[in-house]
Amino acid sequence: MITIDSLTKRYGAQLAVSDVSFSCTPGTVTGFLGPNGAGKSTTLRALVGLATPTSGTATIGGRAYQDLPNAGRQVGVLLDAGAQHAGRTGREVLTLAALVLGVGQERVDEVLGRVGLAGKPAGKRVGNYSLGMKQRLGLAAALLGDPQVLVLDEPANGLDPDGIYWMRGLLRGFADRGGTVLLSSHLLREVEAVADQLVVIAAGRIVAQGSKQELLGGRGTVVRGPDRVVLERALRTAGITVTPGEGDGLVADADPLAVGQAVAAAGAVLTELRPAGGEGLEELFRSLTHANGSQQVLEVAA
Amino acid sequence: MTTTTAPAAPAAPAVRTPAISAPSLLQLTRVELRKSYDTRAGRWLLIVIGLAALGVVALELFVEDAPKTFADYFAFTQFPVGILLPVLGILLVTSEWSQRTAMTTFALVPRRARVLTAKVLAAVLLAVGGVLAAAAASALATVLTPVFTDSAMDWGLSAAQAGQVLLAQVISVLAGVAFGMLLLSSPLAIVLYFVLPTTFTILVNTVSALDWVRDWLDLSTTTMPMYDGDLDGQGWLQVATSVALWLALPMVLGWLRIRRAEIA
Repeated sequence: MITIDSLTKRYGAQLAVSDVSFSCTPGTVTGFLGPNGAGKSTTLRALVGLATPTSGTATIGGRAYQDLPNAGRQVGVLLDAGAQHAGRTGREVLTLAALVLGVGQERVDEVLGRVGLAGKPAGKRVGNYSLGMKQRLGLAAALLGDPQVLVLDEPANGLDPDGIYWMRGLLRGFADRGGTVLLSSHLLREVEAVADQLVVIAAGRIVAQGSKQELLGGRGTVVRGPDRVVLERALRTAGITVTPGEGDGLVADADPLAVGQAVAAAGAVLTELRPAGGEGLEELFRSLTHANGSQQVLEVAA
Repeated sequence: MTTTTAPAAPAAPAVRTPAISAPSLLQLTRVELRKSYDTRAGRWLLIVIGLAALGVVALELFVEDAPKTFADYFAFTQFPVGILLPVLGILLVTSEWSQRTAMTTFALVPRRARVLTAKVLAAVLLAVGGVLAAAAASALATVLTPVFTDSAMDWGLSAAQAGQVLLAQVISVLAGVAFGMLLLSSPLAIVLYFVLPTTFTILVNTVSALDWVRDWLDLSTTTMPMYDGDLDGQGWLQVATSVALWLALPMVLGWLRIRRAEIA
């Protein structure tokens, strides 16, 4: 359980994070979304004790990170995959962490296998790793202590599509076994597929938070067909409100089943029928982060 | 908030509550020690220290006028070791910043003072190792003395010399650690570690009005008698005052700086 309560971090005149509050419960993946420079990394650094908040608190299981007896055994942290000594091998990086955590060498082999770095890659120097390999190594380090909580800053950076798919599965599995995951990203698509809960931050402030369903809910169904006028008439006849969608599409204010039934009843033809979710969230994300972003910049400058 | 509830599987990580103990200082010291030799740069520095000790005794062995006792070799080998060990001490701290591993280190051990204490202890152990390497090279030279020269083997070494040499090396490596802590940058700390005290030494040696400064605050002057085990009563005080300036002061300032710094 991660609890961030009224967290504020100020650097001189600049307000990096302002009154941020949210919590992450066991068994869920929380996506911490926001454009670059919105305050995601600062919040995560404050959570794991690398930065001291100006005010407010961040706790894990009710305790400040600094008060955890052996932090790495309870919280797996990956804040920057590049923050590794270029001259050490992947295995050596994990061996050093294993010595601190008090876990054995067999656990090092286990996590190396789990992130796909077993064998030859483990013996290569980190300086020769691609960014994707560094992310895998960082994830291995985070998993090493078998923690109940994962805190990951932009873990998908540098991963190829296969790697992103693999990481989603890993995080989903971790949460499904009762773990708590907090991951940040500036790309909505990256977290959309795996997160249960979303927290959107822009210019240091939380601008939206809730379950994915809450943020997406009631946004209708995208409908497309060869004859838009016929479709529109069919839907209106069935009492469904219709608004123009992207291109020649329509957005119907009903679920896909009701829309399909209405269209079938009218004998019309469909070429597309799907929930309007994706664009909805994307649109929300863009508008929230943009509007508040520019407003905040003015506030700070004033 | 989400309505998803995870099935309470017996293997669920949230259910498991093992007794988790903090890493001991011994464990952390082992980690810090390992960091000093597990990179190519670190390993080479250690090898160079060993080679330098060997090179120095070889020189002394084949230069005819040089004294040829174990104690002489031992005192002589301390100079290259004393120059290179502090670099190891500096890198022990600054590489965490130049390689940005501080983020990983302090995320694993958020109580930063413990990491710093472990680094100090590791540096002391490295100084002991350096002195042992110098002793080994000196022993080799002593054994070879009758082979290559007309002198006989002379193993005499006073406890005072052994002890004071060890202390002098501990002081020099810790001064390196202190510079590293204060500056958090490898090139800056290495350059200033050599330039500042050397400039200081030259300055206080050329200006005669600064004799008292040299005698009380110049570390290389005050620790000089230690290599032969000749430190006397006032000498100990002079070592103490110069250590306060070149070791304690930067270490306290650096310690406070690291404890407060934001690690990014």
